[in-house]
Amino acid sequence: MSTADFAPALTDPETTPPRGLVDPEGRPAGARFDVYRNNVVVGLTEALVTGFPAIRGLVGAEFFTAMASTFVRAHPPTSPVLTLYGADFPAFLEGFPPVAHLPYLADVARLELALRAAYHAADARPIDPARLETPDLEQAVVTLAPALGLLRSAYPVHAIWRAGLDPAAPKARGGAQDVLITRPGFDPVATPIPPAAAHFVAAIVDGARIEAALARAGDDLDLAAILTLLMQGGAITGLEI
Amino acid sequence: MFDTSADRLPPAAGTGYKPQHFAAIMHDPGPVAWLEIHAENYMGDGGRPLAQLRALAERFAISVHGVGLSIGGDEPLDTAHLARLRHLVDWLKPASFSEHLAWSSHGGAFFNDLLPLPYTDATLARVADHIDQVQQALGRRMLLENPATYLAFAESTWSETDFLAELVRRTGCRLLLDVNNVFVAATNQQTDPRAYIGAFPMDAVGELHLGGHDEQADDHGAPLLIDNHAAPVVDPVWHLYADVIARLGPAPTLIEWDNDVPDWPVLAAEAARATEILEAARPR
Repeated sequence: MSTADFAPALTDPETTPPRGLVDPEGRPAGARFDVYRNNVVVGLTEALVTGFPAIRGLVGAEFFTAMASTFVRAHPPTSPVLTLYGADFPAFLEGFPPVAHLPYLADVARLELALRAAYHAADARPIDPARLETPDLEQAVVTLAPALGLLRSAYPVHAIWRAGLDPAAPKARGGAQDVLITRPGFDPVATPIPPAAAHFVAAIVDGARIEAALARAGDDLDLAAILTLLMQGGAITGLEI
Repeated sequence: MFDTSADRLPPAAGTGYKPQHFAAIMHDPGPVAWLEIHAENYMGDGGRPLAQLRALAERFAISVHGVGLSIGGDEPLDTAHLARLRHLVDWLKPASFSEHLAWSSHGGAFFNDLLPLPYTDATLARVADHIDQVQQALGRRMLLENPATYLAFAESTWSETDFLAELVRRTGCRLLLDVNNVFVAATNQQTDPRAYIGAFPMDAVGELHLGGHDEQADDHGAPLLIDNHAAPVVDPVWHLYADVIARLGPAPTLIEWDNDVPDWPVLAAEAARATEILEAARPR
């Protein structure tokens, strides 16, 4: 027997376990095979419980477990490194009919993935804040920390995410929301930012000089505010003029 | 051919490292002389996991325990994963590296479980090749762990202990004897755990594992133990362990508790119990 015979039955409860798996009396293994099936689905579901706590809070623990077991059977990990498992979860949520009435879930999942990526991102030393006080700042190209993330959503994703983690959080209202993810020290932080600031950060991420990023952000940008937020998040790691 | 760093774990008690215990361990490790990590949890680029690991490695011998190489599988080893492992081992320089006689991946999917294999001439040759490949890639000897099994393969022609002994002979690898796995598998296979221990190639043992299990039943009402690492070590496993230590002498012994992880003092108390047995076996 090969793993090719064994593997399909692990994630498909309808598939009969392969012949030749036996109990001590030589009878078909029966429920003994289910131990492996259960380990696979429960273990991977547990990885999603850890990785998507806000989604779980929003849909409820019982529903989440059922939905996650559907996901893990259809999208098992492609790598033994589970720290970033679930990259396909947002797309799965977008196409999963039972949650079609919660169209914002996918973006909440993207936020949770971005926070996890930030948690494991490479360390980087922020620049001395004094370096921003240069008259040539507009000519500068800024390097951002590997932990930096930006999520632009058509939904109030930050508020919904908070509500998923804490039922006592204020009720989410409003429309589109952009979220900056930074990692001061070791714990990622998600902060909602105005659209102009999101345009600015997106331009910097693309490698634009500050001058060009300002042009993309438009007149509404509060440059001092977004630079302060980035510095507080340890997110500016290089400044080249 | 390889360095002997696989032998450098102290012959004392260790525990499986859990991040929630970081502060407690750094404050007072109690009887715990070394720590074991799951390799796959430390393959990120940075952040707290690697920072904690660097700090721990300054004070404790570290054992790297892989759960994702799929050494017992039919398919070629995942060379990208082997490269990640090599990177970890190269910078951490752990006292030991171990993996399992099991498989966990097939067809591009990782199942996150230690799955069983038949013991035949063909699987023996393949597992030996995989161990050779890992030892070459890492430049060191590895330890291979005996599995907790829930069923058997009708086609098996080797006993598990003979299979492991032959792997040691062919590859020069050493063994990680998981005493709880012996008890779980022997109960599930309705064999005698003491006979298994008696047949085990004890000269090759470089580390021991102790952990907890759950009790269920199969379709016919026979006991079916589940290796869940979510409970204290049971007395029959402690007795088996004492027998092993009496025969082997003091050896590095790990308390594994991976699910429903208790507060540090509970884990430290399990390590203290292992320490008592180890101390009783030290030459005076």
